[in-house]
Amino acid sequence: MEYGRPTELDEALALLAGGRRTILAGGTDLYPAIAAAALPGDILDIGAIAGLRGIVEGAEAWRIGAGTTWTDLARATLPAAFNALKQAALEIGSVQIQNTATIVGNLCNASPAADGVPALLILDAQLELQSAEKTRHLPLKDFILGVRKTARRSNELVTAIVLPKRAVSGRSDFQKLGARRYLVISIAMVAARIAVEDDRISEAALAIGSCSAVAQRLSSLESDLVGRRIGPALAEHICAAAVATHVAPIADIRGSAEYRTHAAAELLRRAVANAAGTA
Amino acid sequence: MTGKIDVRLDLNGHRTAVRALPTRRLSDLLRNELRLTGTKVGCDAGDCGACTVLLDGAPVCACLVPVAQVTGRSVTTVEGLSDGSLSRLQHAFLRHGAAQCGICTPGMLVAAAALLETTPRPTMAEAAQALGGVLCRCTGYRKILSAVCDSWRDPPPAAQPQAGCAIGTRLERLDGVPKVNGTDIFGADAWPENSLVVHAIRSRYHHAAFELGDIAAWHGARPGIVAIFSAADIPGRNRFGVIPPFADQPALAESVARFRGEAIVLIAGEPDAMATLDTTDFPIDWTVLPHTLEPQAALAAEAPRLHDDRPGNILIEGAVRRGDTQAALASSAHVAQGAVETPYGEHAYIEPEAGAAWLEDDTLVIQACTQAPYMDRDDTAALLDLPPDRVRIIPTATGGGFGSKLDISLQPLIGLVALKTGRPARMVYSRTDSMAATTKRHPAHMRARIATDDQGRITAMHFTGDFNTGPYASWGPTVANRVPVHASGPYCTPNYHATARAIHTNGAISGAFRGFGVPQATILQELLYDDLALANGLDRLEFRRRNAYRDGDVTVTGQTLRAGVGIGKCLDALAPHWTRALGDAEAANHRAGGEHRRGVGIASCWYGCGNTALPNPSTIKLGLTNAGDLILHQGATDIGQGSNTVITQICADALGLPISSFQLLGGDTAMTPDAGKTSASRQTYVSGKAAELAGRALRAAILRHANVTEAAVLALHGAVLTVADGGAARAIDLVSFEPDADGFVFRAEESYDPPTTPLDANGQGDPYAVYGYGAQMVELAVDVALGTVKLLKITAAHDLGRVINPTLAEGQIEGGIAQGIGLALMEEYIPGRTENLHDYLIPTIGDVPEIETILIEEPDPEGPFGAKGLGEHALIPTAPAILNAIKDATNARITTLPALPHRVRDAIVAARSKT
Ligand SMILES: Cc1cc2nc3c(=O)[nH]c(=O)nc-3n(C[C@H](O)[C@H](O)[C@H](O)COP(=O)(O)OP(=O)(O)OC[C@H]3O[C@@H](n4cnc5c(N)ncnc54)[C@H](O)[C@@H]3O)c2cc1C
Ligand code: FES
Ligand code: FES
Repeated sequence: MEYGRPTELDEALALLAGGRRTILAGGTDLYPAIAAAALPGDILDIGAIAGLRGIVEGAEAWRIGAGTTWTDLARATLPAAFNALKQAALEIGSVQIQNTATIVGNLCNASPAADGVPALLILDAQLELQSAEKTRHLPLKDFILGVRKTARRSNELVTAIVLPKRAVSGRSDFQKLGARRYLVISIAMVAARIAVEDDRISEAALAIGSCSAVAQRLSSLESDLVGRRIGPALAEHICAAAVATHVAPIADIRGSAEYRTHAAAELLRRAVANAAGTA
Repeated sequence: MTGKIDVRLDLNGHRTAVRALPTRRLSDLLRNELRLTGTKVGCDAGDCGACTVLLDGAPVCACLVPVAQVTGRSVTTVEGLSDGSLSRLQHAFLRHGAAQCGICTPGMLVAAAALLETTPRPTMAEAAQALGGVLCRCTGYRKILSAVCDSWRDPPPAAQPQAGCAIGTRLERLDGVPKVNGTDIFGADAWPENSLVVHAIRSRYHHAAFELGDIAAWHGARPGIVAIFSAADIPGRNRFGVIPPFADQPALAESVARFRGEAIVLIAGEPDAMATLDTTDFPIDWTVLPHTLEPQAALAAEAPRLHDDRPGNILIEGAVRRGDTQAALASSAHVAQGAVETPYGEHAYIEPEAGAAWLEDDTLVIQACTQAPYMDRDDTAALLDLPPDRVRIIPTATGGGFGSKLDISLQPLIGLVALKTGRPARMVYSRTDSMAATTKRHPAHMRARIATDDQGRITAMHFTGDFNTGPYASWGPTVANRVPVHASGPYCTPNYHATARAIHTNGAISGAFRGFGVPQATILQELLYDDLALANGLDRLEFRRRNAYRDGDVTVTGQTLRAGVGIGKCLDALAPHWTRALGDAEAANHRAGGEHRRGVGIASCWYGCGNTALPNPSTIKLGLTNAGDLILHQGATDIGQGSNTVITQICADALGLPISSFQLLGGDTAMTPDAGKTSASRQTYVSGKAAELAGRALRAAILRHANVTEAAVLALHGAVLTVADGGAARAIDLVSFEPDADGFVFRAEESYDPPTTPLDANGQGDPYAVYGYGAQMVELAVDVALGTVKLLKITAAHDLGRVINPTLAEGQIEGGIAQGIGLALMEEYIPGRTENLHDYLIPTIGDVPEIETILIEEPDPEGPFGAKGLGEHALIPTAPAILNAIKDATNARITTLPALPHRVRDAIVAARSKT
């Protein structure tokens, strides 16, 4: 077992170049998966790397560093397009989890129930992946490939989430459905971002999670909403059938497929109403 | 770097340096290396929050933090929250009764301390948000919230009742201080130096035959592993069980595993070797066998037989018959019928089973969490072929039990290791082992028909229930016997036929869980009562009131309830709340319409205290030493429910000395007589009665010695006992007496066994000497589109006969309600699928609404000072009242529990399509 806790990014990338390692951020997904008192295997702990933590506004994009925790995010002052992500932050497990768990870890863990994914999908999030050789960017939708599967190569570190400013517009909302108040895995969750001009929807971004192996954007429903006047009548267009064209929901102990489709549509109606300010 | 690293941290204000594996869990370092055992571990997965510590002031789960990450930072544990004296927060926890078993308390206190740092006077909502990550299974959270919100106050002086006035006061728990300062010793908190660590290899199959391979070779390749044991090493009879005639469970399986989680092999080794042990390649050859998980399948002719001597996989059937039920059903004005299914329930105490064993001369000492030390002793002795007096059980503080810690778990396993190796041995169940291997609430499939005349009076009830008892008997017979006695509810039912079968499957073992099947049966009965009220055009509370037992009524077992029947008073106490709630709901529904519908529901309970028609004596001993110490041997195991405090309050008033004079000695089987098991809501009543008798006997001995009348007043100052009678006072100098073998100069030891009679073939007889009663009302809102339920308020009226300690009684009620909420809305144990606290959901602090408790005192002629039991009662009405409120709100009838959002939504859709 080898353990590395570098302070410089280059060092970290060099360690990754040297062979497969488990990347350890907040550990809130890694530790629950083991029974032992210590994490086995070769570890790269990224917690001490300078400059990896924090949320920065650039000219073209916002950047959420890989060390940024859910609590960091919840406390940051951010535009209204981030509302969904902030709401998601406060719904992740508990305060204890939010204090250590990272947003990037949530994405890399690639759980179908990851609350961060829908809220980032509607912001057209890109992941910045760095290896000793190069840096590449992947859209979030192309990064998560399946249940616990990502496009990350073993020599790469996800260093940041990049949010292009053109997508940081309008207002967003997040709705999570679970069987209890705190510490709960989502039965379904949705995020909606809506920009409004002259009482009409000028831009719509919708995503649902926990209903399929990978959270999905609802592109045809989005186009359908654009141009529509905001108001209660919007709800008619957001129906189970529209959801079903994008995802074939799973059935498990937390809900049947039919229920999930129905619930996702209802959550979307509420999220859209909140984001459009008509709730 | 490889291997251990130097970790330097500021720990509770002290610079600390330690060498450790960098990815070791901080919780493990704190507890097992630094021996700061105030930080508890309930899951090792972030799900329970018991391990909460402050890292640079922010709450985190220590079980998820690698020690390397705390280097150069500050860590605060519960031990660091106060310096010697208690903080205001800790005082508030004691004052409000916010700690019951105390296993969640350190995590709660630490999380609350972080909140109070920034928000000294939080609102309830702020407190709930801050504590949402810490689970408590005992309290129902309400008193924790009150304590946190009230913690800014300087503590008022604690109640110090005078002699003779202990009963009825809001006395703080007598064992409370160690629970709030992190010093209480639970099962996993103490072990002798040099202890071996024990781990069990368990079946991953529901049913499988196995053969052990080349264990010697596997062992030989692993330095640090000291011994490996299997069933062949068990010296005694490898069968145990809480009801001796049904004892059928091996401590280690012999050639066949009958359920997932059954222990096969024990591995004992040095701590370092065990910490990194990987048992995936342990040589066991498995042959998977066909299994059944459902009673219906197990009853089928072709189903695999679990025990040769139990045809049809039927363990036992209990029945109660009275009158002519078929005829009465046929001729009644209204009949309601239905069926209800409930799943396995997990106790989910936050403390997994844990303990240590060692040899003292030729006595095997086992120190572990438990609800029943003497039963542990006898079962362990038989398994290990020792005479009972060579096994000594020392109960630790028990971090919740709720019925599952009545059965032995690790006692024979660590006992075997200690006996065979001669070394002390310790074992801590992982959360998954705890959930898979120990008992559950019986899943039930029940059908019933209940009828009334045209005056809204119950004429008859027919009930059948199949209870999935799993592979071994455990408390299955008790459930089969208790259910038919109680399925009528506390209502006059002249014609009655109820049967309950316990059926073996390869599911988890079902045993005792707060109510022994009665909560399941009550759900069906109370659902049908709502239908009958509707059919009769009667208000639902009025309908129940009309049929509730009164003094002098005869029960379904033919027992005449001579006095102390409090159900009427409970329902009457709810009546004004009921009227108000119905009005509120109607107004809200009128206003809102659409997505949210409000509803109100009600349900009752009755519950016999103590064993069903079987002896269950308790013995309490106390005495005065010649140094003036008043020692109470309090053997009624306190698993958080408060027997240490309640039994002492009763004994103190019977004796006539103040609580402050008492010193308690716990339920160590080498020192303290058997006060029976902590189950069946029997400790306040049965052990309480023994404590009353013992207190009175000691008083009589003193008065006889002083030759004074019963009116005499006692006082104890140092070694001088003063007896004042009328104008005269006499000082007895205890020092001048010759003490007996126990060191006592005055002593008393009394036993009490409830007067019951056996049930005949028709289930007729007096199965209990005392019953307790209660009724609860639930107000809620259903999100019609999503099927989610938001509880708004629960009002609970319970008849305790005599309230010994109002704070503790409220705590029992609130905690029972929280478990009832879980039963109704979210809890469903599925073997192999929900073996953790991530997938098995219990209520969090955000899921328990405001609870208003109304304590009713309808004294029981038999109970101590009129008192009755309460522990299980409080859980029974909650689930049916919730389901009835959902029906009231939406017309949706839930018959498969729990009422998860998708089930509620489906039922709403089904109800709509009918109308
Ligand atoms: C009790 C509890 C409750 C929870 N509740 C929720 C919830 O409600 N909603 C929810 O969505 N999640 C929940 N989670 C899951 C978890 O907290 C999140 O997924 C968290 O954001 C993961 O971040 P982390 O930093 O702890 O990840 P880690 O555990 O450190 O890592 C997670 C995975 O990502 C990889 N990884 C981490 N960082 C990088 C990187 N920079 N580059 C490449 N790979 C990386 C790791 O190797 C690992 O495979 C819960 C977890 C627990 C224990
Ligand atoms: S032990 Fe850490 S959260 Fe349960
Ligand atoms: S007091 Fe909270 S778990 Fe027992």
